[in-house]
Amino acid sequence: MTKQQANWSPYDNNGGSCVAIAGADYCVIAADTRMSTGYNILTREYSKICKLADKCVMASSGFQADVRALQKQLAARHLIYQHQHNKQMSCPAMAQLLSNTLYYKRFFPYYSFNVLGGLDNEGKGCVLTYDAVGSYEKVGYSSQGSGSTLIMPFLDNQLKSPSPLLLPAQDAVTPLVEAEAIDLVKTVFASASERDIYTGDKLELVIINAAGIRREYMELRKD
Amino acid sequence: MFRNQYDTDVTTWSPAGRLFQVEYAMEAVKQGSAAIGLRSKTHVVLGCVNKANSELSSHQKKIFEVDDHIGVAIAGLTADGRVLSRYMRNECINYSFTYESPLPVGRLVVQLADKAQVCTQRSWKRPYGVGLLVAGLDESGAHLYYNCPSGNYFEYQAFAIGSRSQAAKTYLERRFENFTGSSRDDLVKDAIMAIRETLQGETLKSSICTIAVVGAGEPFHVLDQGTVQQIIDTFETAAEQEDPATEPDAATGQEAAAEQGTAADHGGSTDEGAAPMDI
Repeated sequence: MTKQQANWSPYDNNGGSCVAIAGADYCVIAADTRMSTGYNILTREYSKICKLADKCVMASSGFQADVRALQKQLAARHLIYQHQHNKQMSCPAMAQLLSNTLYYKRFFPYYSFNVLGGLDNEGKGCVLTYDAVGSYEKVGYSSQGSGSTLIMPFLDNQLKSPSPLLLPAQDAVTPLVEAEAIDLVKTVFASASERDIYTGDKLELVIINAAGIRREYMELRKD
Repeated sequence: MFRNQYDTDVTTWSPAGRLFQVEYAMEAVKQGSAAIGLRSKTHVVLGCVNKANSELSSHQKKIFEVDDHIGVAIAGLTADGRVLSRYMRNECINYSFTYESPLPVGRLVVQLADKAQVCTQRSWKRPYGVGLLVAGLDESGAHLYYNCPSGNYFEYQAFAIGSRSQAAKTYLERRFENFTGSSRDDLVKDAIMAIRETLQGETLKSSICTIAVVGAGEPFHVLDQGTVQQIIDTFETAAEQEDPATEPDAATGQEAAAEQGTAADHGGSTDEGAAPMDI
């Protein structure tokens, strides 16, 4: 008597890559806009980036239906927070909320690989990277998604982040200037699009700094 | 109103067919400091008089943001009002989450009214001692509703509740026909003037009143003190021809004036005969 196997899966992988880089007074969050299933493209213009709070943005790759449900949950909880505290959630606060929300579904997870980016309470850039069940870490840069195996080593080479286990505690932010970081992100996605079939079409960049939030786009390979 | 043998329980009818506990709850609304609301085709303005226990304390919060498109001003037991605001906020968030669109104001007030009605028919509960002026904007336009502790609700062009609200109502009754076409700024001015009526001689300052606006393209928000003071200054300097603190006895129930117009009172404070909820 063999164990019963599922004849369907509640999950699907819609592919795509996300990257975030933290600077001294800015944060760049980027993701491609291709949504796939299997070997097919569903759409070339789907945004994986969601603004959660004034200075806090999340990029997620994985199963976009779960990503959307997660975004709605966080938005609703943020509204409740604003009613109770009369202010927006800070990036570190949102980071913990995201972790708790993910772990809440530890036994039927959100198939969502997230990167949170924003400015912390002092205006310094911060990037937090998550797994599907809420384990997170504050880092200087990160990538998630189908292209992350291609992107992460390159970012390690260019930006090597000090380990959070080192003492004394070292600054995780990159010494790069905003324009250089944006350039690096564009390079990284152009490279990933070459070899990762799930990454391409268009790159959406979100840059957060003291002046606010702005969006940029760049065309990527469409094959 | 005098004490009688039918007023102990909310679940006891009087021989005249009245629920005294509910009427007493409406009395509590009349004791609270004044709140007013008025609407035009595209905007709704709420205003309230700030009451503080003493000079040392801060004043009570009487205007609450419920959602981007809905706000509420309360009069009566502010604690009850706070709890009901939390309920309304939750309802709006849940509706938005499910339907990806803002909760229509008319639906919210019905849910609120049903919630209030429950407390009039359970022996272990008491009615909410707060009246709510719900101001909101939805697809069908700008709305102003008044929710009673009795579980009734009415839609108004303009209304005032709380102590000395009769003075404000008289002012609004004179002007309400112009409100539909009013500009946003005129509406705010009218709101501040209506508040001034309830102050009966006290100097009007931005520290005594709170004004909030919601409108087409303008999410619900409370105006900051500086802005309000500026508006007050513009018409205080424009001479004193504007009828200031009029008949102080207007507050003690001039029923004749109150019954006309759409800004209808739901029953005078001194009217012993008719059950207030019947209208």
